[in-house]
Amino acid sequence: MNLYRIAAAAVMLAGLAACAAPPPPTAVDPYAGGRYTGAVPPGTLPGGSAEEFRRVAGDTVLFPENDATLDATARATLVRQAAWLKQHGSFSTVIQGHSDEQGTREYNLALGARRASAVQEYLILQGLEPGRIRTSSYGKERPVEVCSTPDCQVRNRRAVTVVAPGAGV
Amino acid sequence: MSFLARLALTRTAPFRPPLLAAALLLAALPAAATAQGLTASDLTNMAQEESDGPLRIEITGGQVEAMPIAVAPFFDEGGAGDLAARIQEVVTADLTGTDLFRAIPASAHVAQPQGFDAAVAYPDWRAINAEALIVGAVSAQNGRITAKFRLYDVFSGQPLGDGMQFDADEAGWRRVAHKVADQVYARITGESPYFDSRVVFVSETGPKDARLKRIGIMDYDGANPLWVTDDSALVVSPRFSPDGSQLLYTSFANGLPQVMLMDVATLSAWPLKQDAGTMSFAPRFSPDGRWVVYSREQGGNTDIWQMDVATGAERALTETQAIETSPSYSPDGRRIVFESDQSGSQQIYVMPADGSAEPTRLSFGEGSYGTPAWSPKGDLIAFTRRDGDRFHIGVMRPDGTEEKLLTESFLDEGPTWAPNGRVVMFTRMTPGGDGVSRLHSVDVTGRNMRPLDIEGAASDPDWGPLLP
Repeated sequence: MNLYRIAAAAVMLAGLAACAAPPPPTAVDPYAGGRYTGAVPPGTLPGGSAEEFRRVAGDTVLFPENDATLDATARATLVRQAAWLKQHGSFSTVIQGHSDEQGTREYNLALGARRASAVQEYLILQGLEPGRIRTSSYGKERPVEVCSTPDCQVRNRRAVTVVAPGAGV
Repeated sequence: MSFLARLALTRTAPFRPPLLAAALLLAALPAAATAQGLTASDLTNMAQEESDGPLRIEITGGQVEAMPIAVAPFFDEGGAGDLAARIQEVVTADLTGTDLFRAIPASAHVAQPQGFDAAVAYPDWRAINAEALIVGAVSAQNGRITAKFRLYDVFSGQPLGDGMQFDADEAGWRRVAHKVADQVYARITGESPYFDSRVVFVSETGPKDARLKRIGIMDYDGANPLWVTDDSALVVSPRFSPDGSQLLYTSFANGLPQVMLMDVATLSAWPLKQDAGTMSFAPRFSPDGRWVVYSREQGGNTDIWQMDVATGAERALTETQAIETSPSYSPDGRRIVFESDQSGSQQIYVMPADGSAEPTRLSFGEGSYGTPAWSPKGDLIAFTRRDGDRFHIGVMRPDGTEEKLLTESFLDEGPTWAPNGRVVMFTRMTPGGDGVSRLHSVDVTGRNMRPLDIEGAASDPDWGPLLP
């Protein structure tokens, strides 16, 4: 699990650089202790569907309140997402960041963007090509749970990885 | 042809120099407005002398008892039909809606004026303790209406300013009524008015997890809503340009939030920025209309950017790793107030409008602060404050002192100022699966909280300028 924590630190550093660019193919990732040898070529596994992606990998990760940190559960989901996406190289993705309703509209748009970006950075660290992953934010505009209890708010603080065949999601 | 152009006002008639408070007010109006519509002219025959009488509400603070006023039934001077009564109703509703005036019911009036130009029997109005009397008359012909009024200071027994007359298309009858009420409000309070103004807002329909949103423009009191976008794409936070002729708003039509600019007269809209992959939101014009400030996201980080509207040139005003959003200009255009979470929670900061100096933090209370909006008077900044699980609309001085909370609920947010800086309008959302957003207004004293009388759910109000 240490590896994941270390990788998360690398994600945060990448975020601090205010730039989504991945490390160059020859760079050594000093935090992971392993050598980054370049993006995995697109997979050739036939078939695949958005439904399968949701079932096999899980399309949603959750966040703490007012926070974009990926916990162990979220990271495990993203590892599965990355594995599936590597196998299905013809699929492109959009990460949609969301917030709960407890906050102002514009700040929540920015918070959703922060969450989507955290997911994007982590998937890139897993070896996905940056060009396959775009981000968006819906702030508090599209809750998945409509009740206002703490349990519902937890499920609304999320980033959803939407996959679609081809370049257009 | 847009409704705004259709209802735009023109002063076409010769304009006699007014004498009193009205002179100050009208001097502030543009000498030439556009299109057809409303003509204002003075009726000086009844006002023989200047009045600086004692009739005055001071509304600078503290508890104010509503001033009792009498609105005599407006005369139909030909063809007006029920328009006379409808205009009188709107005038009365505007004034009493401020909580500064109380209308003495017509059933309590002991006498009626004999005609619009008849001498006023002051004792009849003193007998019912009316401090001010409004007399009005309306006529209509060929789709045009003429409305006129006189205002009297009952206790000093003299007119308060000249009578005035407004001409307009019949469709603009509510604007005529707002103009009359604006005159009365300004003469008695000594403040600039706000009734003849519009609010741009978001109308909400559909279930909470699949809301449909479209942008509308309505009169300040919720009347005459008209839609300027459809609900095919999610839209949020519309903002008027200083003269009301353009709108900024944020649309998700391309799958991510992007600032759009709309010409209200033609309803044509285009992206403020050309780079389609960048998230942008929270736009606002500078008071001179030359600049737009907005939030721009890059790699998960959100900063405040500024664009020169004429050239499209843009640059960052903040460059931190924190979220900076919801910028709002001071009325002189020299400073920008905004929110940042660089301290770990949302707080309010102010910086020079060119970003040339470090921002100064203004908010230090418990909880978090956001959506600052600088009053058009310059004296206050309104904001949203979250403390625990409660939300408030509040105001503070531009140096962060004298914070005062005006409201409290499950979720209040996004204050916008009336053109005279006396009232704020905001969004209140109720909790739960069938919770809805509605617009409310409250004055800066925290009294007179009112839901806006409009059909359906609504959010994100932005109050436009006083119309010419």
